[in-house]
Amino acid sequence: MSIHSNGRGLQIYAVAYLLFLYAPIVLLPLFAFNSGTIIAFPLQGFSLQWFDEMWGNATLRRALTNSLTIAVASSVLATCLGIFAARASTRFEFPMKGGIMGLIMLPMVLPEIIVAMSLLVVLLGMGVQLSLLTVILGHTLIAMPYGIAILSTAFSSLDRSLEEAAYDLGETKWSAFRLVTLPLVMPGIISSLLISFTISLDEFIIAFFLAGNEPTLPTYIFSQLRFPRAIPVIMALGTVLVVLSIVLLAIGEYFRRRGNARIGGSATGGLM
Amino acid sequence: MARARFDAEARAGLTLISPPFFYALVILAAPVLTILTYSFLTDGYLEVLREFTLDNYREVLSDPIVRVVMTRSLVVAGIVTFATVALAFPIAYYVSFMVRPERKAMWLFLITIPFWTSYLIRVFLWKVILGYNGVINSSLTGLGIIDEPLTFILYNVNSIVLTLAHAYAPFAILPIFVALEKIDRSLLEAGRDLGESRAMTFWRVTLPLTMPGVVAASLIVFIPTIGDYVTPEVIGGGKIPMIANMIQVQMLALDNRPLGSALAVTAMLAVAVISVIFLFLNRRFLRTRQ
Repeated sequence: MSIHSNGRGLQIYAVAYLLFLYAPIVLLPLFAFNSGTIIAFPLQGFSLQWFDEMWGNATLRRALTNSLTIAVASSVLATCLGIFAARASTRFEFPMKGGIMGLIMLPMVLPEIIVAMSLLVVLLGMGVQLSLLTVILGHTLIAMPYGIAILSTAFSSLDRSLEEAAYDLGETKWSAFRLVTLPLVMPGIISSLLISFTISLDEFIIAFFLAGNEPTLPTYIFSQLRFPRAIPVIMALGTVLVVLSIVLLAIGEYFRRRGNARIGGSATGGLM
Repeated sequence: MARARFDAEARAGLTLISPPFFYALVILAAPVLTILTYSFLTDGYLEVLREFTLDNYREVLSDPIVRVVMTRSLVVAGIVTFATVALAFPIAYYVSFMVRPERKAMWLFLITIPFWTSYLIRVFLWKVILGYNGVINSSLTGLGIIDEPLTFILYNVNSIVLTLAHAYAPFAILPIFVALEKIDRSLLEAGRDLGESRAMTFWRVTLPLTMPGVVAASLIVFIPTIGDYVTPEVIGGGKIPMIANMIQVQMLALDNRPLGSALAVTAMLAVAVISVIFLFLNRRFLRTRQ
């Protein structure tokens, strides 16, 4: 095919681009397993001491617990709210639909500093004590649009006649939803949970301003970046996080594809 | 009959949408309206006085430091957007047109993986790469190419641009890819059959049809970049603040909520105005979208 004949240059560019994308991440394991205390070449020798130190670090463990609590709570909340929005927007026509969906999806295009600052000002003004709960409120807000984007794809590719068949066979609206619709969109729900979880786990600005004195993983990392001595441990932590998010993404991708296969879609797209 | 059904459908839709809608109303709309209100009030000692004023906006518009920081944020975001989208287009084109269909998902997966790994650590790693004792400098001195470490590559606007262009790469690739995927391939064949060269077919058929994706990508990169807080802090060493850092300082460190709010509102307005102008300039490409 003529289209493929001229692709050599582009192919080289694509590989170079991937190298650029991966350049910083490749460094993580190099320095995490390096016995030297300074982050510089040449590397010293192989060592697991930074992983050891990471494991024994109480503040880090607290930050991890906090981050996991926040991520689980906000991904569940965001996905539940997302199911309502995705179902409503793909199945029904209602007045002000554009405006309402626009407001719900707005956090996707609003700088996070605005979300964090305005929420902080209001919470402080109301005298609310900053805690993990306030971070969960913020994270649910910013994760919800991503969940909706994924869930809308799942809901819009549903065959409506399946639900109608369930009604004809005597199911109520709710039981038809639970027995027919929900299982069919389950892969979308799992992807939404995973994406929201990942977004929350990695979110810094809202956690930085709304967590009060509680550390989360990103704010802990941020606080350590000032101390050169702490960097190797952060590299070890980063390595663990990279491996973890690749595993989570792979699981999410697997469910998304299985869902697509079930409703007869293609394997392309996704994460959009 | 039709009307009754429409009403029933509207009611069902509104009922369903109400939980996420009220959540967004309380957690997003109300706070943003609050800072909008604050921006017109007077700053008192330890509290906000309920006196209407335009002084905050006067200060925002006349203060030279604000102007420098605002201009810097806009310029950095503009350069980052241009660089990110220009670098992303060929890769999106490659994946859409050159990669076999069954391998496209794998390529997208490869492109998105770096994006899902800790943003803070990625930003910091650029500091490791570019720093005084960083990867580039220690390698170059180690190889004897340079005697003194290069100092011009860290703590300046260039390094901020590089870091942000890396951080937002997937945001640019995905919308362009989607737009390219939607193009009916027979249009390109028609262009070639009618005697256009490959370059002219690209210029007159492919590119205009991809513009909605390019416009979306530009906005998706531009808007969060303007509000980025971490990169100026980590890469710029806190010496090259952008607007987000300035808002934070006014709101918290200096505890001047009205002025901080006015800064935030001005930044949002600037972003909105630029986005609208950008959309307007590209309106002829967006009109045919289905």
